[in-house]
Amino acid sequence: MRFVDEFREPELISKTAGEIRRLAGTERHYRMMEVCGGHTHAIYRFGLKDILPENIELIHGPGCPVCVLPMGRIDDGLAIAHEPDVIFAAFGDMMRVPGTQGSPLEHKARGMDVRIVYSPADALKLARLNPEKHVMFFAIGFETTAPSTALTIMRARAEGISNFSVFCNHVTIIPAIRAILDSPDMRLDAFIGPGHVSTVIGCRPYEWIAHNERKPIVVSGFEPLDMLQSIVMLLRQLNAGEAKVENQYKRVVPWEGNRAALKAMAEVFELRPYFEWRGLGFISQSALRINGKYAEFDTEQRFEVPGIRVTDPKAAQCGEVLKGVLKPHQCKLFGRECTPEHPIGALMVSSEGSCAAYYNYEHRKAAMVTLSSAG
Amino acid sequence: MCLAIPGKIVEISSDNQDSALVEVVGVRRRIDLGLLQDDKPVPGDWVLVHVGFAMSKISEQDAADQMNTLRMLGEIDGAMQEVKGYGLEDVN
Repeated sequence: MRFVDEFREPELISKTAGEIRRLAGTERHYRMMEVCGGHTHAIYRFGLKDILPENIELIHGPGCPVCVLPMGRIDDGLAIAHEPDVIFAAFGDMMRVPGTQGSPLEHKARGMDVRIVYSPADALKLARLNPEKHVMFFAIGFETTAPSTALTIMRARAEGISNFSVFCNHVTIIPAIRAILDSPDMRLDAFIGPGHVSTVIGCRPYEWIAHNERKPIVVSGFEPLDMLQSIVMLLRQLNAGEAKVENQYKRVVPWEGNRAALKAMAEVFELRPYFEWRGLGFISQSALRINGKYAEFDTEQRFEVPGIRVTDPKAAQCGEVLKGVLKPHQCKLFGRECTPEHPIGALMVSSEGSCAAYYNYEHRKAAMVTLSSAG
Repeated sequence: MCLAIPGKIVEISSDNQDSALVEVVGVRRRIDLGLLQDDKPVPGDWVLVHVGFAMSKISEQDAADQMNTLRMLGEIDGAMQEVKGYGLEDVN
């Protein structure tokens, strides 16, 4: 238990860990997927695997928006930004993500007008400040982030701003979970549901997972105690043969979600018939685009989009890792060609990607142990 | 990416009810309240902020716990960098 002394309520954590060991017994193997990249990061950071018994296996899910974005979309966005008088605005997380001709940051070094923003509202502010230029906001994120983009577009409309558009790469979590469950090589017993996505969508959209797929799902907070409690709740359901949606993160997540946020999304976006996910391929109705009513703010309707498709290197086994068939270190490229400094596959790109998390904590820890035992 | 940063509402703009001054560890920046239309916060309330928009109202205790979680996750610097960058301040 690496950081256990820093944790709040260490006694309660030990007690909950004991309850997990009691509930898990030894006979059965439990495979649980944490959907959200924030949970993946937390699991490694807190060393939760050291606390859990060996027969509980945590599979890292697709919930890292930077990781699942196909490289072709980055190339498309950068190609549009090459047009004269275009400012490319994006979150800091996007800046180091490689396209085939380099990352946005590398394009900036070669003279492209690339700006980091911390809010879509600030991309709109850039448009206000630069009326002679066109500001294109490269939008990414799940339902946590999409409402903010939607509201920004509504604000642009209300203000009559005409030099602003959004290159929309927002994705939705439910179709990705469905794709994973439909995958023939996938064996999962239960889900740890995403925390912040659920503040927006609430808990109802998960009900089909419990009712139709007979898999328990518990929406969880991000503290070590939150995640351990969620695992207890999942084990209790599994042992009783139940499948329900439960909410461990009630202090932040309302069962019905955030209606104002859902309303903003419905006002501005519509579902794409299909969208490509890095590592998972094309998934139908899994992403958002700007609807006809707001077409003037849609980069894809204002500019010619090349529609570039880039195949990931064959040797990279991101899809298998994403579906939990392989552990990060079992990929042939892991830690050799593919590292957080030089990411090749999607899951090494962001600190919330399972390969980067594994590399930053487990791989470096193992290297330290080897060094210290050799010394 | 999915940072949720706890902040305390200091002041609601008099000319724009959707704009508020929020304080995060001594740093004050303007955020958008438009996603909390159904349950408007008032000065003194705590909210979780994501990419410059208040996402949900939380208790003071939950705000302290969330700050602690960010600290434990090693993301406090990233969170403060995000807040300082709101309004294009502190942005190159």
